[in-house]
Amino acid sequence: MYRYDDFDQDFVAGRVAEFREQVARRLDGSLTEDEFKPLRLKNGVYLQLHAYMLRVAIPYGTLSSRQMRQLAMIAERWDKGYGHFTTRQNIQYNWPKLSDIPDILQALADVEMHAIQTSGNCIRNVTADHFAGAAEDEIEDPRATAELLRQWSTDHPEFQYLPRKFKIAITGAPNDRAVTKAHDIGLRMVRNELGEPGYEVIVGGGLGRTPMVGRTVRAFLPKADLLPYLEAILRVYNLEGRRDNKYKARIKILVHETGQEAITAMIEEAFVEQKALFQAPPAALVAAIEASFAPPEFDNTRSLAYEEALVSDPVLRSFVETNVAAHKNPAYGIVSVSLKPVGGTPGDATADQMRVLADIAERYGHDELRVSHEQNIVLPHVRKSDIPAVHAELRKAGLATANIGLLSDIIACPGMDYCALATARSIPIAQEIAQRFDDLKLEREIGPLKIKISGCINACGHHHVGHIGILGLDRAGVENYQITLGGDATETMVLGERTGPGFAAEDLLPAIEMILDTYLRLRDHADETFLEAYRRLGAEPFKRAIYPADNTQGVRADVA
Amino acid sequence: MSSKRGILQVVTANDLIEGDAVWFTAAHTWSRSHGDAAVVTSSEEADALLSEARKQQAIIADAYLADAVIGADGRPAPSHFREAFRTRGPSNRFHGKQAES
Repeated sequence: MYRYDDFDQDFVAGRVAEFREQVARRLDGSLTEDEFKPLRLKNGVYLQLHAYMLRVAIPYGTLSSRQMRQLAMIAERWDKGYGHFTTRQNIQYNWPKLSDIPDILQALADVEMHAIQTSGNCIRNVTADHFAGAAEDEIEDPRATAELLRQWSTDHPEFQYLPRKFKIAITGAPNDRAVTKAHDIGLRMVRNELGEPGYEVIVGGGLGRTPMVGRTVRAFLPKADLLPYLEAILRVYNLEGRRDNKYKARIKILVHETGQEAITAMIEEAFVEQKALFQAPPAALVAAIEASFAPPEFDNTRSLAYEEALVSDPVLRSFVETNVAAHKNPAYGIVSVSLKPVGGTPGDATADQMRVLADIAERYGHDELRVSHEQNIVLPHVRKSDIPAVHAELRKAGLATANIGLLSDIIACPGMDYCALATARSIPIAQEIAQRFDDLKLEREIGPLKIKISGCINACGHHHVGHIGILGLDRAGVENYQITLGGDATETMVLGERTGPGFAAEDLLPAIEMILDTYLRLRDHADETFLEAYRRLGAEPFKRAIYPADNTQGVRADVA
Repeated sequence: MSSKRGILQVVTANDLIEGDAVWFTAAHTWSRSHGDAAVVTSSEEADALLSEARKQQAIIADAYLADAVIGADGRPAPSHFREAFRTRGPSNRFHGKQAES
């Protein structure tokens, strides 16, 4: 793992000291809220419905055991004993007191973490494939590049006042687990015809009120050109992006309004200049970053313990089926720990659970943990023969829910249970759906399914790219939920299609049931997934199922 | 109702240190109970109360006007679900005001 050097340490320490003074000046009345707000947001401090919220960056979703233990300590000492892992691989604390936040930031700095650039119109925490460095299908671990981007973008003077926030995601694998096509910039590692690794550069994706799939502006970019190329993109955006209207200020709008060909030409032109001016980071620095992401020393001792346990323990077998993915080392597996127990809050972990995860990672997982954008925790390197023991430990801590990739592995934003921007609640909807299908015992029968729920159009819950997406709105003072179907968050990204009018909270669950009942009735065979069936059948049979009374009218209106 | 006239409003904000919801009273103090809020019925009154509330920046943040109704107990109550949630706390955990009262 990357360790802070003196420069990183001094910078973060300086920011903690600066914010401590700013908080003191707010508390003694020297600063008004209008003056203080931009300062607190620069340090990840939001004011929500019931309390402040502190958003802590977890660079490319990677944590050590020591860092996870510190997150647990913070949750216990200054919050209410839990934290919420988010779709941007961050952790949020929902209850800090303003007067405690400088101490929390100091505790984070003690373990090489911070909350800088988790808000505001800057380059946010760079997210990455949560299986990075472990996945069987990977070309290269993208995290060395992600760390380089973190250093390049942190406190970069040109990128502190962008037209709007700016999110970069990176993956080193052809199977996109990092939602790269829904980011301002998505980077996908590919090989050129000579077999050299480089990046496909995708620009202008995003969800929110104007969802768009990113466009490829460069099919293959040599790795050495990455920073000047990104500088060229940001330069074009800084100059041409709209600053007159917050809702049209993201780069996706610029890309859309300019057109792919024209924006590509502008970026390429800027790139020629940027490349001539560019001073590459010292080779020693790049080499040191790369060395810090060297794979752990794998233990390839053969053992049949795993295979034997799979035969004798059906609970373990069921867990492995969903929660263990193929590792590049055949003696290892990637273990996903679900933070979606039936009836629980997606993404929440208690301090005790965080410590259990830290202990397991230390003992069995080469000291590494990941946060996935799907709000789960990943142990990227677990020897297969240790998986039975890991599973037993997880079970004791209530962390062995075997549902990764299934119906109850739901993404849900905090919604109106916490968020000041929300227009409706998300968490209770996720809880109800998971509970209902657990009662029906249909989850395994239904198979792979991504349900994603957002409590407002900003789409933190990624609803547009859920196989089933749910968007909570305020309709004349009542919570109302729109459904989208057929979304896809991967390299074959598609935005879901809205079914029609929304549903009151109490009518939503029956509608979801009818959609899934329709799928089970109409699927071609048991292995045809919901998404495949939807693509084959189209929206109509699902719409007919959930709008029976209005159906004939609706169809006729469409035809007319 | 077609005009703002006749709509009841209260001034609410978040406590500066705790960050929790507070309501502005007729005595120009802040209460953690919605029922203690001063109620205004005209836009002039509302503007005056809000501007009075905003003078107290040193102890609150983000004061704004919220619609209200008079509840069965004769005291002001929230009329919108968002404001009702602020009087209680989150629905997924027993935290916030619901756990304190």
